[in-house]
Amino acid sequence: MKRDNEASGIVKNVACILAIPITVFGLYVILHGHLTPGGGFVGGAVMATLIALFLVSFRKDMIKGGMKKSFSLSETLGLLAFISLAFLGISATFFHNFLANTDLFFGTIVPFGSNPGYLGTGGTAPLMNIAIGLEVFSGLSLIVLLMAYYKPGGEGND
Amino acid sequence: MMEHAPALAIAIPLFAAFAVSLIGKIGKRIRNMWVILSLILTELLVIYLNYEILTNGIHTYALGAALPSLISPGGFPVRIILEIDAVNALVSFIVISITLAAVVYCWRFMQAISKDREHIDRFYSLLLLFTAGMIGMSFTGDFFTLFVFLELTSVSSAALVSFFRDGESFEAAFKYMIISAIGALFLLLGIGILYSQYGLLNMAAIAKEIMLHMSFLDKVSLSLIVSAILLKIGPVPLHMWKVDIYQKLPAPLVAVCITSSLVGIYVLSRILFSVFFVMGSLSGWIIIILGVLSIFVGVTMSLLQKNLKRMMAYAAIAEIGYVMLGIGTGLAAASKDFGFIALSGGILHTLNDALNMGLLFLITGAIFYATKKTDIRDLGGLAHRSASLSALFIIGMLAVSGLPPFNGFVSKLMIYESVFCLNPLLAVVGILGSILMLAIFAKVFVSVFLGTPYRRKFKKMPASMMAVMWIIALFILFLGMFPEMAINNLVTPAADALINHEAYMGGVI
Amino acid sequence: MISLPFIAVIILVSMALFAIIFKRNLIKIVMAVHIMGSGVNLFLISLGYTEGGIAPIFTNAPGMQMVLPTPQALVLTSIVINIAVVALMLSFAIAIYARYGTFDTTKVRLKG
Repeated sequence: MKRDNEASGIVKNVACILAIPITVFGLYVILHGHLTPGGGFVGGAVMATLIALFLVSFRKDMIKGGMKKSFSLSETLGLLAFISLAFLGISATFFHNFLANTDLFFGTIVPFGSNPGYLGTGGTAPLMNIAIGLEVFSGLSLIVLLMAYYKPGGEGND
Repeated sequence: MMEHAPALAIAIPLFAAFAVSLIGKIGKRIRNMWVILSLILTELLVIYLNYEILTNGIHTYALGAALPSLISPGGFPVRIILEIDAVNALVSFIVISITLAAVVYCWRFMQAISKDREHIDRFYSLLLLFTAGMIGMSFTGDFFTLFVFLELTSVSSAALVSFFRDGESFEAAFKYMIISAIGALFLLLGIGILYSQYGLLNMAAIAKEIMLHMSFLDKVSLSLIVSAILLKIGPVPLHMWKVDIYQKLPAPLVAVCITSSLVGIYVLSRILFSVFFVMGSLSGWIIIILGVLSIFVGVTMSLLQKNLKRMMAYAAIAEIGYVMLGIGTGLAAASKDFGFIALSGGILHTLNDALNMGLLFLITGAIFYATKKTDIRDLGGLAHRSASLSALFIIGMLAVSGLPPFNGFVSKLMIYESVFCLNPLLAVVGILGSILMLAIFAKVFVSVFLGTPYRRKFKKMPASMMAVMWIIALFILFLGMFPEMAINNLVTPAADALINHEAYMGGVI
Repeated sequence: MISLPFIAVIILVSMALFAIIFKRNLIKIVMAVHIMGSGVNLFLISLGYTEGGIAPIFTNAPGMQMVLPTPQALVLTSIVINIAVVALMLSFAIAIYARYGTFDTTKVRLKG
């Protein structure tokens, strides 16, 4: 019942089980980018390994090729969110952190000295991390999917 | 609002590049309108910036500070700083004008090349990223930002090379990508060595430190950085990738890629003049020798080619050789007054080269659009089908070889006269190069345009393409008739700004 | 004597340059570019070392001296750019393989 290019049952089950910890860990690394090492790019790359894992352990026709369009759309949305956040601070300068040290969305004031990191600080930096995380996840997954489903005569890079 | 002009000039093409794929889903016309609108907006910002620099002096901008001019809040510069003086502004003006002309030309050109809407969406997005990278590379005042924008330019132009998806384009793109990657990694090594010496990444701050004392490690880092940028410019020992990619790019993009070589020459002269102060020594002679080799090898190899675009690629390499000759003489003889004239000639030739080779490559694109052939042996007698195209080709041919009523004459005369004072043999090679270039283009003209009338299919060219080419030809004529306007207003402040390194450092510290 | 990370950098960069110039398989060339990128990243990080420093993380930091954080930011950017470059080169290698059927650079028709 097992075909040639399909992994065994153990690998398929473990891949399904591992999906949840990988996603949670990736989201943790993205969100805590301003406190611990990591940030948008690293968290996005961690989440993209999920798509690579599924591609390796399942047959190619069991993964929908229609994911390409949704990943392309989410990549564009992530990039637009990033550059809009950069434009929003234009009242002072471009890329200005207009939410830090004010009591708005992500802007609680940081107490002086060594402390356990508070998640609500940082201003636009965590928002930009989320945008970059979404973009990197979509972009790397798109690269992996395009390489796996390559047909000569229809291939593009962005 | 207008004081944010430097950052906006980089950010608007970036924003437009990201939004093109979404807007392209709505319709073709809206996408074209969006691209052209964003480029026109950037052009207006750059023209405003030019005007302000010429009246007010150096303009700096700190990204992310509380005020745009808050550069050194503790005595040393923090944050990414864009520093713009006269030569930056001129180079960015050349870049955005040629890109705008190429995109208006692309409007109808791309419709004939490819029918796939998503493919052209990606093409425009990559072109806008390329523009943002080049303007960023000309505005930056900081070594690491230079590295980032250099890589952005390399990656987007390598993706653009593979536009026609046949096997040869992929090979050319692969070769180009390897060489760009190695060059950028060498640049990073040089930046690392500089950082370990001084703990600073800002160009003006490092200039101030080097002025006091230049150690051996600084010379190592200088050689690494210069060789990295030379890999991007493409003078003769390093020119192989250029010929292949100019053959495989769609024609309007070649005009844009020529301006990227010119931005590379600007970065090289900025590093050698303002940061490292090597005026009057060995580096000038190295650039002169590379320039002379480019002229010589460029024109001789161009005589042997049969493919039209390949022949013009070698001619473009020879023209870059002229700019390097001018700037190298300005470097080697900086204290004498003929060095200043050579530097002005080199900078003016940057503007002229972009216009002339841009026009010639757009004509090549028009020939490809009309006949779908690129080999000289297949074409012939095109003058009978399109008289204006042959008139444009004559204008371009005379301007490139440096004949009097056109702009090539002015800049080449400045370069010949000043290089003659340095060493007569170099001026002889330059003049011979010009004569051979006239011979090459005359041969192309006779075999492509004259002869028995062309009998095969010849598509009529749309008005926008012809209008762009005629506007560029009018500029060439105008610059040739009244060169003092360009020299006094644009070129002499630029050459002043390069030599005057105290003004550059004073803008930041 | 030069300390150990710099010797490792010299070995990595020279091996990668040797492989790019002399090897014929396209995938080996791409791998060599990646190794050279890793070598330069190692060089940048090891520049920021101060004796006895700790990691430059602000959360719950003990009050000792930290290693310099600026090269670490440069290296993050450089890693991202290298991934984009390697992904692009691998896509070109896949396309060349689909067109020509081989990865050998002497059989692929590279023009002079």
